[in-house]
Amino acid sequence: MSHALQDQRPAPAHKSAAPARLTRGGLPRWAPAGIAALSIALGCGIGAVAGLASKIQWGLIASILFVVITYTASAVVENRRQAKDRIATSLVWVSFVLAVIPLLSLIWITVSRGLKAFSADFLTHSMNGVTSFEPGGGVYHALLGTIEQVALAALIAAPIGLLTAVYLVEYGKGKLAKAVTFFVDVMTGIPSIVAGLFILTTWNLALGFGPSGFAGAMALSILMMPVVVRSTEEMLKLVPNELREAALALGVPKWRVILKVVLPTAIGGIATGLMLAVARIAGETAPIMLLVFGTQLINGNPFEGAQSSLPLYIWEQYKVGSDASYDRAWAAALVLIAFVMILNLVARGIARWKAPKTGR
Amino acid sequence: MASTTPTQIDQAPPVTSSGRSTGRAGDKIFAGLSKGSGILLLVIMASIAGFLTYRASIALSKNEGNFLTTFDWNASANPPVFGIAVLLFGTVVSSIIAMAIAVPIAVGIALFISHYAPRKLAAPIAYVVDLLAAVPSIIYGIWGALFLVPQLNGLNLWLDEYLGWTYVFDKTQVGVARSLFTVGILLAIMILPIVTSVSREVFLQVPRMNEEAALALGATRWEVIRMSVLPFGRSGVISASMLGLGRALGETMAVATVLSPSFLINGHILDPGGGTFAQNIAAKFDEANEFGRDALIASGLVLFLLTLLVNGAARLIIARRKDFSGANA
Repeated sequence: MSHALQDQRPAPAHKSAAPARLTRGGLPRWAPAGIAALSIALGCGIGAVAGLASKIQWGLIASILFVVITYTASAVVENRRQAKDRIATSLVWVSFVLAVIPLLSLIWITVSRGLKAFSADFLTHSMNGVTSFEPGGGVYHALLGTIEQVALAALIAAPIGLLTAVYLVEYGKGKLAKAVTFFVDVMTGIPSIVAGLFILTTWNLALGFGPSGFAGAMALSILMMPVVVRSTEEMLKLVPNELREAALALGVPKWRVILKVVLPTAIGGIATGLMLAVARIAGETAPIMLLVFGTQLINGNPFEGAQSSLPLYIWEQYKVGSDASYDRAWAAALVLIAFVMILNLVARGIARWKAPKTGR
Repeated sequence: MASTTPTQIDQAPPVTSSGRSTGRAGDKIFAGLSKGSGILLLVIMASIAGFLTYRASIALSKNEGNFLTTFDWNASANPPVFGIAVLLFGTVVSSIIAMAIAVPIAVGIALFISHYAPRKLAAPIAYVVDLLAAVPSIIYGIWGALFLVPQLNGLNLWLDEYLGWTYVFDKTQVGVARSLFTVGILLAIMILPIVTSVSREVFLQVPRMNEEAALALGATRWEVIRMSVLPFGRSGVISASMLGLGRALGETMAVATVLSPSFLINGHILDPGGGTFAQNIAAKFDEANEFGRDALIASGLVLFLLTLLVNGAARLIIARRKDFSGANA
């Protein structure tokens, strides 16, 4: 679609050379770059002469100059409408740059500060016996906790999510299916802390269990279910109906058609959705804070006693507020971001690797 | 798929020859299981509302203050006094700031990806924006508290100096920028990806005929967007913003790390202080006794209903749009 737009634009320019001029004179192709260079130079010049300390102000002056010069140049050489078009173009580019800056800054800060305390020891040791103000210690207990809780959550959420998606696509008709679709959508927006409070009221207050990794995993599974349902649903809808009909025409029962034809066809996309959902819940802090409680020790049993998790560990170290604990928080953030990004990349990898089989 | 279908053919005859009843029974079990998990999801949603309401009613019955108007949170005290006025104010204000910043930028990025970016770059750029969504909120939190807050001091002073006359931007207290304004900026960064991706989907669905018709009339690219893309995508952008709003309302860790909480309603958004529902739960939970927990659950219920309302409205707008949109065009 955007293709069409871009093809249409240069076309008049080529033709204009042949007969009389179909288009009025336009700014040359290098005009935006030239004006940008000019306004940056002017901005720096004005900033230096006026003695403005903040580089951000230099940038602001430069960008205002860019807008003004582009508009006037375009309005004079071309016309007002072209000028507006150019302004809109630069605004759209600016908004893209604005979105990339925080991402780059965040990754840069996390990596550069995280590497200070990061080492092999950091990955293989717990915080047992390390007072919060001295350096040392590690995230082993937190990493273990995160992996166990996330795995348990996935074990709960994946079957329910998959079956619900199968229901919606293969069986669902009428009011019930509509209600499920709507509430799955609404459920996607449940704040994580509310999911935590729900498990707290049922599992801990009503049933009287203590904090454990499993309680956290249940809250995480509530957050994960709608995401799995949505992504699986999209994938199942992509499976061509001919496949189902062919199998049904051979007399295969519907449940076997779903298990042996529909699900295998969409398995790549389903796996991708699952991984993305896992990546999303791996970084959740709030429910873990309410339900798992956090500990300095290694606790490999998610069903009994407090555990830790990476996000919770970052929060605890941040709250301590010493230099050593900030270093640990950044290092743990680096581990967590690496964990989530690897999951993401693997998920996209599966999606690409399995893509041709989805029938499109 | 070519590989699955033949194996299916090989396996099919034994199943049918072994009698239809097994197939039927399997069908019933499988249909029941999948229908059951659909119902289970509804049950979970209903029980979230039910259990939270039950605990909240315990808390509210003993509350000595007015739940809606008390500017205080002493839920663990005896008698307990607590109210959500400050939390409601902080939650709404920070989310509004986030929306005001994020929505225009997100629409810009969505247009960039759908209509401006070089064709080859569009997919990687969309992926980069999605990566923003993958970063866990606690990392946004410590990035915001340890990096963004010191960076914003200059901006705050500048806003105070030139826009201080507007009351809102008047900075009356000296201190670091652990304010609702900073929280709003951080939340804006966090909701950018969802608003962008939903808007992008809608912009890509604009019927090509509409765009080409505008181009054929000699419209510039901006005029095409203004005349055919934006009107078509308006309801999509609205619902995308509401989804983003839902996220911003319920965000916990990023707010808890950045904000320095206080129980005052302060219209000067650059001043440190204020609080949000989620942040208050996170901050007060450790020290709360059993009754204090019930009070926090009551505030969680309000948050739940708030997000339910916003998300439900967003989904309804999307669903209504689907009926007459370009899906068939």
